[in-house]
Amino acid sequence: MATEATGEAGKAVGMPQLDFSTWPNQIFWLLVTLVVIYFVLSKIALPRIGAVLADRKSTITNDLAAAEELKQKAVSAEKAYNDALANARTEAAKIVAQAKAEIQKDLDAATAQADAEIAARAAESEKSIAVIRDGAAAAVSEVARDVADALVVALGGKADAATVTAAVTSRLKG
Amino acid sequence: MATEEHGSGLQIHPMDQFVVKPLFGDGPIEWYTPTNVTLWMGIAILAMVALLVLSTRRRAIVPSRGQSVAEMLYGFIHKMVEDVAGHEGLKFFPYIMTLFMFVFLSNILGLIPMSFTTTSHIAVTAVLALLVFLTVTIVGFYRKGVGFLSMFWVSSAPLALRPILAVIELISYFVRPLSHSIRLGGNLMAGHAVIKVFAGFAGAMGVASVVPIAAIVAIYGLELLVASVQAYVFTILTCVYLRDAVGDAHH
Repeated sequence: MATEATGEAGKAVGMPQLDFSTWPNQIFWLLVTLVVIYFVLSKIALPRIGAVLADRKSTITNDLAAAEELKQKAVSAEKAYNDALANARTEAAKIVAQAKAEIQKDLDAATAQADAEIAARAAESEKSIAVIRDGAAAAVSEVARDVADALVVALGGKADAATVTAAVTSRLKG
Repeated sequence: MATEEHGSGLQIHPMDQFVVKPLFGDGPIEWYTPTNVTLWMGIAILAMVALLVLSTRRRAIVPSRGQSVAEMLYGFIHKMVEDVAGHEGLKFFPYIMTLFMFVFLSNILGLIPMSFTTTSHIAVTAVLALLVFLTVTIVGFYRKGVGFLSMFWVSSAPLALRPILAVIELISYFVRPLSHSIRLGGNLMAGHAVIKVFAGFAGAMGVASVVPIAAIVAIYGLELLVASVQAYVFTILTCVYLRDAVGDAHH
């Protein structure tokens, strides 16, 4: 019974795995299959997939490098911007200081001129005031003498000019 | 066992699915006869081409779904070979990828109802395991010469123990193809036979057959896991054996 392990209508008798009459067939087709798979894999599939993976890896690496470069550029651009800003600020401050100093100088000059002018005017005024005061004093003594003359005459005396003058002068001083 | 029992209630033939049949006619099976083995191995080749060649034909930088799967399989095995067998082992990457794709696709295709599981046959798994065994042995002697034998002489063990360990190592080395092949074939065969047994129950139990059908669903899920894990185990063991031949590291 066990001599023919394969029954007529595909029925198994015992274990078909141990039916050695089918082994050459299985082994032959297995070797054919393995050779086909090996050649398809080693000639087509594996190099292709390997190339795709390597491509992707290099693409990703390149993209990362490019991104890093762009980031560096952005950082340096920001730095340049900040530098320019700081420069502009110091420049502006310098200009402001310069302008201030110039204005101060003009102001000082103008003040000095004005002071000098004021001083000159004051001196002039003082001089004219002195003149006026002197004139006034002279006029006062003259008027006083005339009034004294007239008083003396009116009181029936004879006005001696020298005496009157002396008296008026002494009174004016007092 | 399988006598002609027409008419009796319960007829379960769990092993019928493993019978090798000629595709055309009913003649004897010569070594060149196209059989269901030929058919399902051919389907495995087509599936491999669809999975790894057709899906990657656009070579896209941003992959499509199919290309992602192909890249994932490639990366998975490539990393396994590199991690386990070492950098030198990468020369054998196409070879190991061939084994993996064949075992994986045959296991998965075998789970299609009415299909034929080529990897459930000891003839197939034994050839695969012997190929690995011969490759490792030949490459080992080619690359290391007599030094390849030093893997049997455990230099880290005490001197007195070394001859005994050498005998053990030698035996385990020659048992490798046996365990390598029977692990794969046995797992696949057992799972498929169990499903078929439950299917036989389902046919005979009437309404109560929901129970075996539920069991089939559960076992089918388990078998999907087994199909993937066995392909993985077969491949990673190949890498481990290959490391003996190409690497310097002792295990």
